[in-house]
Amino acid sequence: MSKFNRRDFIKISGTATAGVALTPALSSGIGQIFQNEKKLTDDQLTKTPTICEVCFWNCAGWTYTDPDNKIIKVVGNDKDPHSNGRLCPRGTGGLGMYYDENRLKKPLVRVEENGVQSFKEVSWDEAFDVIVDNMKAIDEKYGKESIALFYHGKTGPHFKHMMQYWGSDTNAKPASAQCLITREAGYIATYGTGLASPEPTDINNTECLVLIGNHFGENMHNGHVQEISKLIDRKGTIITVDPRFSTAAAHSTHWLPIKPSTDLALLLAWTNVIINENLYDKEYVARYTYGFDELKAHVQKYTPEWAQTVTTIPAGDIYKTARVMANAAPKVIIHPGRHTAWYGDDTQRTRAMAILNAILGSWGRKGGFYFPENIKLPNHPHPPLPKPKWSWRDISQGKHKLAFAGITNEIVDCALPEYDGPYKIKGMFFVATNPLQAIPKEDTIKKAIQNQDFVLAVDTMPSEITGYADVVLPEATFLERLDDIRVSQNKSPNVALRYPAVKPKYDSKPGWWIARELGIRLGLHDYYHWEEFEEYLDWQLKQIGTSISELKEVGVKHFDRKTPMYLNENEEYWFNTNTGKIELVSTDFQEWGYDPLPVYKAHDEAPAGYLRLIYGRLPMHTFGRTLNNPNLNDLKNEPKLWVNPKVAKIYYLENNQEVWLQNPEGKVSSFPIKVRITERIRHDSVFMPHGFGNKGRIKVDGKILEMSRAYGRGISDAELLHNIKIDPETGGTGMRNSFVTILTENPHTKAVES
Amino acid sequence: MRYAMAIEVNKCVGCADCVVACQTENNVPIGYSRDWIVERVSGTYPDIFLHFESQRCNHCEDTPCVRTCPTGASFIDVGGIVKVTHDECIGCGACIESCPYDARYFHPDGYVDKCTFCDHRVKEGMDPACVSVCPTYCMHFGDLDDPDSDISKLLKKRENFTLLPEAGTAPQIFYLK
Repeated sequence: MSKFNRRDFIKISGTATAGVALTPALSSGIGQIFQNEKKLTDDQLTKTPTICEVCFWNCAGWTYTDPDNKIIKVVGNDKDPHSNGRLCPRGTGGLGMYYDENRLKKPLVRVEENGVQSFKEVSWDEAFDVIVDNMKAIDEKYGKESIALFYHGKTGPHFKHMMQYWGSDTNAKPASAQCLITREAGYIATYGTGLASPEPTDINNTECLVLIGNHFGENMHNGHVQEISKLIDRKGTIITVDPRFSTAAAHSTHWLPIKPSTDLALLLAWTNVIINENLYDKEYVARYTYGFDELKAHVQKYTPEWAQTVTTIPAGDIYKTARVMANAAPKVIIHPGRHTAWYGDDTQRTRAMAILNAILGSWGRKGGFYFPENIKLPNHPHPPLPKPKWSWRDISQGKHKLAFAGITNEIVDCALPEYDGPYKIKGMFFVATNPLQAIPKEDTIKKAIQNQDFVLAVDTMPSEITGYADVVLPEATFLERLDDIRVSQNKSPNVALRYPAVKPKYDSKPGWWIARELGIRLGLHDYYHWEEFEEYLDWQLKQIGTSISELKEVGVKHFDRKTPMYLNENEEYWFNTNTGKIELVSTDFQEWGYDPLPVYKAHDEAPAGYLRLIYGRLPMHTFGRTLNNPNLNDLKNEPKLWVNPKVAKIYYLENNQEVWLQNPEGKVSSFPIKVRITERIRHDSVFMPHGFGNKGRIKVDGKILEMSRAYGRGISDAELLHNIKIDPETGGTGMRNSFVTILTENPHTKAVES
Repeated sequence: MRYAMAIEVNKCVGCADCVVACQTENNVPIGYSRDWIVERVSGTYPDIFLHFESQRCNHCEDTPCVRTCPTGASFIDVGGIVKVTHDECIGCGACIESCPYDARYFHPDGYVDKCTFCDHRVKEGMDPACVSVCPTYCMHFGDLDDPDSDISKLLKKRENFTLLPEAGTAPQIFYLK
């Protein structure tokens, strides 16, 4: 039904591979907001509560606007346990999301003239008509279930609910399969509960924090970064395990420079030492855990001497750090980390971390893991949801017992032309997510997109995916919109409000409005008994004894705890597992045929001439979504490829030299990246931050719309990811088995010459 | 009154929050900054040392910038804060040349600009924007003439260093190890 046989990526032809380094744009449009004007004091400015959307930590803060209704700054809310009044650089620079002159400004619809595809600016009504017509056509031909929603952030739920009201529950978010599903599964299998966000780690009371590839300071999980800083003040111990001398490693008491992919060997060796040296919490283990004897027998072969040969960490250091941890117990945290989809046995690695926490007795203990509490916000009453004939569950839960959310890549597979199963996807909605950077297998995604009858993208920026959409809807930024109340789990239950500080710029609209308008046009009036989202939120807040007007004053409201934060001494406690105990041996895994105790398995090594590709973070960026933010781009506008001096010698590399990367499948990066020769990375790996190498550049009514400050800057690791290992328990996509070789000459130019 | 800053390099993660907070607080145009991050790495894998320094004008006691200013636009304000009166600045650049820390820049509006220790905030009893935003609490601002101020106590207690002491400028930004 699509009038396009092939969905061209709407761009200026030839530029995607040219690899031209663009000068950062010092746009005059941006300059206008910073004039040398007389400074207003804070009490001359208006404060509106907000919740930061620059990352998932969702700090609460205040947007300051001047008497002309111009956003001046965003500052943390003192009462907010996520930020304690201090936003991270991304939050402080969050106002750049609003001011970015490259934002999507009008609804866009794909048109073709003289064989050339382009976008045309249309009214919201026209755009909705196109979307509704396509949705109905797909429904008629394949069923509503055949439209899949990919979503992220606080915009996601508006669309997820709308689609569920309509009759499709086919959805997934990269924040799950590409991020923390494996970690949640590991904890659910062990303790009967996941960790959620923010993780209930009692860093403020701990004496020993263990970070496994967890790079605090480069990731800015704000509250935890602050707590770790206070741990440094208290002279607490930090043990960091990382192949890279990360910022966290630099601030650690012990850094264990591990060979990549061998973390599980170290965890099992630590467990071996703690058990064999009788350093575990005997009372806790006897009272709360199941399967200790089996665990003890299981880890006998995992000696530190064995682990030394696997991890390259000296056995002596393994003994020493195990004893340091035990010495601090129960005030010790093996931090669960966040993005844990690494090697394809990630649920098992997380299990090993969870088990270590259990034998050290840190779960439910002061200085270990506390029991978080949140407050339940009732849902606005609406008719029961229609029951779809199938959903994401049917696609993934048969394959992975612990896939408790949709698996992005498996839904994408159902959208491929060769797919002949019962769960065919013929429409794709991308809401506030850019799968071409967030999900591995770029080529598969592009192939799936070509096979769709209809593709919708909702975003604030012209990210790569917008170039593949049939309709693009411009969403308002978080500073201009209302979203769901932030209900967070912390030491005390609390709620926080995001309220628009200014009207949406251009012709952008809040996500709730877009989803509701679509819903109304699809005949879902019964599900939308409210006109303004503010009514909906106010009703919800009144059910828990507060209101929009109160939250507009305070931003964050705390409630009293009703349950204890820690286990009481000798308390009998029922864990939500089959045995009611902390399962060192997982009875579910036994039944389902997964390893009931974590077993070390060697992972792929780099082929000769290749290096392992390690990607990570920069503290001032949240992946691709902040790269064009004028304020944050100003802090860092291009990535560097970290290369060990030994490797630099082999390739004759110099600092700041531009290189391209190629993976063993022959895939070459679209753009070059500059080299940084540094001792901070091992000789067998290279490192670069994730999210760069932006390719988003679209043509609207003959004019170019692009992320001008981000376009073509550096390499997107997502392009090069290969050898993706699927975590059997969850379907999580292990993305750290990718290898690259360094090309010093422009491979794209060479291709043209030959 | 002698304002100074103490920055704990054992806590700083180099996130540049201080930089962007200063830019929004002080309307610093995109592409310019009054403060910046320096990463210092030494050693060989796996024996490496790394720290970050949040740098800015050192509000020196001995100020080559003020000395070289031909119009008196550069001056030392209350509490030793080194400032520039924008209206009196002719943009000759002598102060930029003379500063050993490269702490000054040409503002596109035609004058020289630099860190003011956020004196507009300090007057209101607040910390400078960079100090108040820092997620690692690694920055401290206060009065060195007050022996009971946090910064005086910190400097007494902790080993510290200043940048380019050999320049003889007596910097007032101290880095705590």
